[in-house]
Amino acid sequence: MGSNLCKGAWRMKAASGITSRAHPLWLAYILHRLSGLALALFLPLHLWVLALAMTDPERLDGFLNLTEAGAVKLAEFGLVFLLAVHMFGGLRLMAMEWLPWSTSQKTLAASAAAISFLISLLFFLKAI
Amino acid sequence: MLNLRLYMLQRITAILMAPLVLGHLAVMIYAIQGGLSAAEVLSRTQGSFLWLLFYGTFAVAVAIHGAIGLRAIVHEWGGLKGVALDVFMWVVGFSLFTLGARAVWAVTFAKGLGA
Amino acid sequence: MTNDVLKVTIERSADVPDVFEVPAFESQTVLDVVSWIQQNADPTLSYRFACRVGMCGSCAMMVNGVPRWTCRTHINKVLDGNEITIGPLRNLPVIKDLAVDMDPFFDKWVSAEGVHHGTLTRVDPIAPVDEDSAARVEANAGIECINCSVCYAACDTVTGNPEYLGPAALQRAWTLLNDAKDEGRVAILDAVSGSGGCHNCHSMGSCTAYCPNDLDPMSAIAGLKRETAKSFFKRGR
Repeated sequence: MGSNLCKGAWRMKAASGITSRAHPLWLAYILHRLSGLALALFLPLHLWVLALAMTDPERLDGFLNLTEAGAVKLAEFGLVFLLAVHMFGGLRLMAMEWLPWSTSQKTLAASAAAISFLISLLFFLKAI
Repeated sequence: MLNLRLYMLQRITAILMAPLVLGHLAVMIYAIQGGLSAAEVLSRTQGSFLWLLFYGTFAVAVAIHGAIGLRAIVHEWGGLKGVALDVFMWVVGFSLFTLGARAVWAVTFAKGLGA
Repeated sequence: MTNDVLKVTIERSADVPDVFEVPAFESQTVLDVVSWIQQNADPTLSYRFACRVGMCGSCAMMVNGVPRWTCRTHINKVLDGNEITIGPLRNLPVIKDLAVDMDPFFDKWVSAEGVHHGTLTRVDPIAPVDEDSAARVEANAGIECINCSVCYAACDTVTGNPEYLGPAALQRAWTLLNDAKDEGRVAILDAVSGSGGCHNCHSMGSCTAYCPNDLDPMSAIAGLKRETAKSFFKRGR
């Protein structure tokens, strides 16, 4: 498995050299995968903090106070963006798979990204 | 390394979570106004069966969806396969569900809440 | 900008790429370049080609990281200044230099049930095929595949998942599913629902983007996902 990881890492490096990836649908795929990964890694932290409500409410308040900081707000914006991107990307995927497919895939992909950005921007604005 | 069953579970939990995510986003945008505090959050969620149902469903769905998603990544990019891959998926699924269930319980019906 | 000399890097299995200086000619294809190297610079270079007119798919190689038919790739389209890098097709075992082992590709073709499932005998009347039916139109969209393996080389999911049947094999399965003469529906749906089946496709679309015949394996795989989902609900888990 170790050698597989090395192979995987090598492939990733060689991968960035493989120009066969430079098309919009591939970017949509990698964005969907990375956003899902980031959310999956963030989730345990989020859930642990929330559970402090029953084990250590003062600590929870401490964490919530952190959300006033600009850096945290920026991170929150990033998270909301990832969430919106992942969801709209997923819906686009299912529409392509299960509904009559048309060649306006790129338009759909673009609007998915746009809606994601809009929602996260809205969140950010309200947060200031 | 997805077969039909895992694929369907992934898609079904995705569809299930779409309205839940929209609801969660709406709540977040509402809650963030005027700053966040434990008291404010808990005053909404404490003792509420509806929030338990909403976020409880979310916790189950995200545990399944996340476990299957991470399975694909860990196989294609990490080379994990066979029994180890299955074990990984189940461990992730149960961990996410446990954390989620704990969090949902903590903000709804857990005893000994402060504020 | 006219180049008199091309700097050609060949990624051979020795892990140390060979660099050759190749004279530039008018109307030169990548296959011409490779052939020149083998004929004039290094007779030990192994590579494949056959028709050299874009019909057989034998000359497929990685050109600057993109899987292409080298006989149909004009050198001017891919030169980076005066440099070009040529390597064996990705995702397949390398036999030597630029020649890859096509066995895994064809084995998966068969595993996906890309074989005709006929039940008629020679004494039965020929099964009628309605050329205008939706199913036939769908099938026709995928039957021009010449098994060149460009889509297989372009797909990242093939790279990460050794069991994945790949775009070409799955597209063929889809054409047979839509073929009025083919009676293997259950066998095909089962074959594409396993751990290497169509559900591993992440729709990154590199197959469709790079197919030299302008086929669309990604949509064919989406079709398979639709059909297997339908049968999932009918037959239960």
